[in-house]
Amino acid sequence: MLKPHIIKELRAIVGKEHVAVDMQDLVCYGYDATQMEFLPDAVAFPADASETSRIMTLANRERIPVFPRGAGSGFSGGSLPKGGGIVLVTTRMNRILRIDTENMVAVVEPGVVTGDLQDAVERLGLFYPPDPASLRFSTLGGNVAECAGGPRAVKYGVTKDFVLGLEVVLPGGEIIKTGGETFKGVVGYDLTKLLCGSEGTLGIITRIVLRLLPLPESRKTMLAIFDSIDGAASAVATIIRGRIIPVTLEFMDHSAIACVEGQFGLGMPDGARAVLLIELDGDRDLVERQAAAIGELVRPLGLIDFRAAEDSAEAEALWKARRLISPALKKVNPDKINEDIVVPRNRIPDIIRRIEEISGKYEIPIVNFGHAGDGNIHVNIMIDKSVPEQAEKAEKAVREVFGAALGMGGSMSGEHGVGLSKSPYVTMELTPGQIGAMKAIKKALDPNNILNPGKIFPE
Amino acid sequence: MEPLARIENELKKCVKCGTCRAHCPVFSVLGREPVTARGKIALARGILSGSVPIDSRTREDMSKCLLCGRCVEKCANKVPTDLIVLAAREVLARKRGLTPFSRVISLLLGNRSLLNGLSMLAKVASPFLFGRIPASSGLRLRFPFRFLGRRRIPALARRPFLGRHPEVMEGRPGRPRVLYFVGCITNYIYPEIGEAAVFLLKELGCTVIIPNDQQCCGFPAISGGDLDTFRSLAEKNLAALEKHPADYVMTACASCGGAFHRLYPHVLGERFPELSSRFQALAEKSVDAAVLLDRLGFEPACNGTAAGQRVFYHDPCHLRSRSVVREPRELLRSLPGLELVEAERSDTCCGLGGTFNYHHYGTSMGINAAKITAIGNSRADNVATGCPGCMLQIADGLSRGHGRVRVRHLLEMLADGMRGNP
Ligand SMILES: Cc1cc2nc3c(=O)[nH]c(=O)nc-3n(C[C@H](O)[C@H](O)[C@H](O)COP(=O)(O)OP(=O)(O)OC[C@H]3O[C@@H](n4cnc5c(N)ncnc54)[C@H](O)[C@@H]3O)c2cc1C
Ligand code: SF4
Ligand code: SF4
Repeated sequence: MLKPHIIKELRAIVGKEHVAVDMQDLVCYGYDATQMEFLPDAVAFPADASETSRIMTLANRERIPVFPRGAGSGFSGGSLPKGGGIVLVTTRMNRILRIDTENMVAVVEPGVVTGDLQDAVERLGLFYPPDPASLRFSTLGGNVAECAGGPRAVKYGVTKDFVLGLEVVLPGGEIIKTGGETFKGVVGYDLTKLLCGSEGTLGIITRIVLRLLPLPESRKTMLAIFDSIDGAASAVATIIRGRIIPVTLEFMDHSAIACVEGQFGLGMPDGARAVLLIELDGDRDLVERQAAAIGELVRPLGLIDFRAAEDSAEAEALWKARRLISPALKKVNPDKINEDIVVPRNRIPDIIRRIEEISGKYEIPIVNFGHAGDGNIHVNIMIDKSVPEQAEKAEKAVREVFGAALGMGGSMSGEHGVGLSKSPYVTMELTPGQIGAMKAIKKALDPNNILNPGKIFPE
Repeated sequence: MEPLARIENELKKCVKCGTCRAHCPVFSVLGREPVTARGKIALARGILSGSVPIDSRTREDMSKCLLCGRCVEKCANKVPTDLIVLAAREVLARKRGLTPFSRVISLLLGNRSLLNGLSMLAKVASPFLFGRIPASSGLRLRFPFRFLGRRRIPALARRPFLGRHPEVMEGRPGRPRVLYFVGCITNYIYPEIGEAAVFLLKELGCTVIIPNDQQCCGFPAISGGDLDTFRSLAEKNLAALEKHPADYVMTACASCGGAFHRLYPHVLGERFPELSSRFQALAEKSVDAAVLLDRLGFEPACNGTAAGQRVFYHDPCHLRSRSVVREPRELLRSLPGLELVEAERSDTCCGLGGTFNYHHYGTSMGINAAKITAIGNSRADNVATGCPGCMLQIADGLSRGHGRVRVRHLLEMLADGMRGNP
């Protein structure tokens, strides 16, 4: 419970209607896509950096934790107010301030929804590539804070590759700028990159400068079905060695194929053990030529079927199986633990085999799909939480999956971040030296540990 | 608690992904999490567990839903938020009583002779009661009553539709027998829709049956949480519609059809097993006018002169959510010379949401504004749709700056096309 005078001060900063303390609001700003729930003491909706800064000053004086929040679509609990405090929501900071077509940059506030920016720049013939599956509702602030990525990462990279500069309110209330509006700039430490993926623990982002590209002229979608995961993996290597970088290389392993087929019966050919969804973009002629070349390149690799879409309706049909995974998963078991490990892309067959063993050992269905081009795999451990020993087994399985990924030179999380849900495992990946350096940075910027406490580092 | 407790499993299906934030029209205007489907489901769970109080604030949050079903369509888990909100409203109504507005609604809907009497009175008094606004887009009158605020709504019909025609009008042998369920807005405000429906069905050789004792579908009652009135209306409708053997029950109001297809079977059928098979049978028999005309092979007169009309088709939520999107467009395209504009936002909610418009007029018109802008940008001169409720709302929005655009029911345009009228 916050003392009445603090609520009063908060209201004086942002305006009465922009502070919420009713139970109804507390409930609705205390969850995210992890489905964990914690109740904050208050929810504040600042309009700009200056109000945000005054909230941080107040919070520091009173030692009240502050939890930045965008859309609350996070998969690791990053925005959750564990232990109580103020949830600071960015939805009012939702203006696209400028789209500079000459220098190809966009300046936005953090509450802008990713897809809205994409629509706005595409209308001007420009392109903002990062495409997390949540792009229709997640915010750019949340994307920067988690360094979100999507299928297009193979060719274009992830959020941090597009952030040129930031305006940030530091935990103590200072407002600073990092980076700028130019592609180059080497004066001082790269604070911009430090803040990308900082999960709201080092500062509150109040303005973002993003790099844009010209919108590719055309796009082409293909589906290749293989008789083994090795075939699909060597297809990825072969395509890239053939000097073609597709915009998207999504794969489904046989667990995902079986899952979708079992529920929806799309008529996948018998013997289909892996599916690659390939998308090219660029100049129309080039794309057609590359598509034909890919058809030839993958043929000897245990190819069962190859389809290329002629128009957007056909492309959508090819995406269908991939899009049906989520609904199909629901039917396997009621609860899913959704991890997003990464391995070097040529190790995908090895990690899939390892995961199959783990699945067998604990007798829990595990369904895999993901981004073959960058080795980022969505590992869905399907359990029924109401069965007590299943939760326990799943926890052990997760640990083994992480261990396997790390053993192959990978990482426990490619996109979703650590937050609350992965902090117990962080020491598997980070050495005491690394954690020490990170904590030193955190301590220097946030000596009172009031900005998003309890995240990333194990307690 | 019972209404919510019985659907507790549905509540658990929400995985809090947040997808519904991208699709909820109310959220797009208000921007606060409690109004999203995810928020309402969390509140409903809180009501059940006791952590969320059953107070005026919860009632306010639950009232901020258009029951448009958009979130259900887009949700990977198909969580039935519309049914959850209705159940929550029922719980609130039981614990806190109906709102004064809902009490009036239920009183009126439960009693057609009272409603008829009132509409007579309003008609006689209308020249004195209503301020005049420019006679465009079919909107003639503005209520001066405080409770109706700044709404602009059309004058009531001179004579309600029900009772204008014989109850049974025999068609050609071998052609389908169609029960026509009229609905309140057509009956009292837009009887011309009913006339168009009867004309079209007769032209197609159908036997048209308009049961005289049909009632309001009950949507406005359950929308306010009044299960008893809803059930009683639904039962009367069952009785009225079951009296005549027929192949179809046709609705030309998206919401009435929505009540038959979704609310009767789920809200009532699952609750009252003794009625469930009858509701199921009604749902199977009932069909939207556009689907029926498409199936019966509607063909316009070849001299139909829709030529030069640019038409914006608005998808009513309660048709879109039932996947009735192809038929209305194809029927319109079949009219010679008519140009159907493929515009943005043809499938977004108009913002009416039944009682939502009464409780949250500002938000309702905020949602409507995007639609009106899209209609303006499309340079259409007619808006066609399949729901008289949407017509009211869109006409209200258009009357502020786009007065030259006419709003018409699809059936009116088709009837004109068949008659060869412009
Ligand atoms: C269905 C679904 C699909 C998804 N697909 C993907 C995907 O393909 N790729 C991917 O990478 N992720 C994906 N995600 C995860 C999630 O959408 C991303 O992590 C997204 O970036 C979170 O944005 P948000 O606005 O919801 O942030 P929130 O969840 O509100 O917050 C996330 C973190 O960012 C911090 N934060 C938010 N705003 C600010 C700010 N202005 N300043 C500082 N810190 C801030 C919060 O404190 C928190 O730590 C998906 C999630 C869902 C539910
Ligand atoms: S209602 Fe559906 S779309 Fe909305 S958060 Fe829940 S699961 Fe996601
Ligand atoms: S039914 Fe419509 S208004 Fe209600 S929560 Fe769903 S999307 Fe929003």
